Amino acid sequence: MNQLIQSDLFLILPEIFVLSMAMVVLMTDLFIKPSQRWIIFALSQLTLLGGAYLTGQNFSHETQFAFSNMFVRDGLADFLKMMSYVGTSLIFFYSRSYMKDRNLYRGEYFALVLFALLGMMIMISSHNMLLVYMGLELLSLCLYSLTALDRDNQKATESAIKYFVLGALASGLLLYGMSMIYGATSSLDLNVISTSLLNHPTDHAILILGLVFVVAGLAFKLGAVPFQMWVPDVYEGSPSSIAMLISSVPKLAAFAITVRILAEGLQSMMVDWKQMMLIMAVLSIGIGNITAIAQTNIKRMYAYSTISHIGFILFGLMSGTLNGYASSLFYVVSYMFMTLVSFGILMMMSRKNFECETLEDFKGLNKRNPWYAFLMLITMLSMAGIPPTVGFYAKFMVLQAAFDAGFAMFVVYAVMMALVGMFYYMRIVKLMYFDEPKLKSKLDVSMDMQWILWANALALLFVGLVPHRFMDATAQAVALSLH
Amino acid sequence: MIGLSHYLILAAILFTISVVGIFLNRKNIIILLMSIELMLLAVNINFIAFSHYLNDIAGQIFVFFILTVAAAESAIGLAIIVLIFRNTRSINVDDLNRLNG
Repeated sequence: MNQLIQSDLFLILPEIFVLSMAMVVLMTDLFIKPSQRWIIFALSQLTLLGGAYLTGQNFSHETQFAFSNMFVRDGLADFLKMMSYVGTSLIFFYSRSYMKDRNLYRGEYFALVLFALLGMMIMISSHNMLLVYMGLELLSLCLYSLTALDRDNQKATESAIKYFVLGALASGLLLYGMSMIYGATSSLDLNVISTSLLNHPTDHAILILGLVFVVAGLAFKLGAVPFQMWVPDVYEGSPSSIAMLISSVPKLAAFAITVRILAEGLQSMMVDWKQMMLIMAVLSIGIGNITAIAQTNIKRMYAYSTISHIGFILFGLMSGTLNGYASSLFYVVSYMFMTLVSFGILMMMSRKNFECETLEDFKGLNKRNPWYAFLMLITMLSMAGIPPTVGFYAKFMVLQAAFDAGFAMFVVYAVMMALVGMFYYMRIVKLMYFDEPKLKSKLDVSMDMQWILWANALALLFVGLVPHRFMDATAQAVALSLH
Repeated sequence: MIGLSHYLILAAILFTISVVGIFLNRKNIIILLMSIELMLLAVNINFIAFSHYLNDIAGQIFVFFILTVAAAESAIGLAIIVLIFRNTRSINVDDLNRLNG
């Protein structure tokens, strides 16, 4: 018994480490002067480094369970956790000067982001509906309060209450669905649910009802149409660094719980959830891309572009094959890096008392600083899905998986919508290179942020040039974990 | 005799009332919080009814967790409402129109 608990604790070592360090960060902040904030920054980065070390040290190649099958550690979980550490670390780097300028560079920012990361890690590793819910709430509660971090900003508080109400509604829908599934299968454990559904198919009506609610709740969290209404408002209202957080790393966790619940737990109901996913994917790609054209606020435009990217991720998931899941995983990870660099540029161009958030602000960027214009160019090409960037291969893989699963017509539709989407990405390129600058101020950016932003953008290009190793990594992670 | 289906119908009615409350409410943000709370309680009724009917304790454990999280959630919700009141001197849903969406 004692030994059992020890091996359980050994498996959740990364989570324990991040939890303790988040508390250390929270406490340390009380005892330092505002001028010594760099200690908090260093501690947070150290947390991520330590977490990555503990996860990588015994990277799982086989599925291991802990705490009576509640917690799972497998290739998929470890891969996603590694990516979450990298993403969170980039968020801290990019937001540093932005938060300092707005007087938001405080200890609670770091502590809340670390707690949100802990929530995501729990979601990624959960194999029981109770743990899915707990991880999801830990993440959501941190994100609600982070959205309202800029307390005196009316827009930020308004977007926080909108996010809060719709997020709570989503949790309610998800819980209602979980209760129905619990009633039909008499278990919360995803393994037990999956075997009991395979062995004796029970009352179908109640299961379908539960499935509908669960899918609706997950779609809310992912931000897929028709549950997308919170996305643009939250992106526009919250500070750019928080919008960057909301749009990037949590999508990995949302992807993980979607795969765990639908592809593992409710595997035998694939016919039913495939249809729902198809409708949501088609609507997300269409509405996301078309509405983005009408936006003048760049953060709202990013929001609609996120919605269309989510549509592509759902395209891979709904093909229901291992190949499809792997391509979705590749897409969601490359999406995370694209969105990080796109928001990073926004924050780089913002400064004290000036928020870079309209398309106008990008006018003539090439004349002001050709290097930053080139950086933005790579990102926009990648978002639009033009070779040789990573965005192209991500879209290509997802659509190929959907094509192999027999959705040929919808693949044609998705390609057409991607062409529509190219319009608004290329509009930014046009504004940067062919228009006269409206703002003349010089762009001075700290050295470390410049280097990391460049590394991030060049990674988009590099992975696009040699995608196979990274595709193999995602395929392996999925093949090891899902059967 | 009150059976499982009665509990499920009660929970479904409560759930519907709360969803309608969230979408039709045009007056006060506090009512939104009450609707959210009602929704979670409807789910709790579902879980307890199933747990009793299936002779399985897991559902009741889940209810404890939901209750705890709901308390934390409404604390954050009320904190955000305080911020909104400080900024705009009103907590009417209609006054939340700074973001065009």
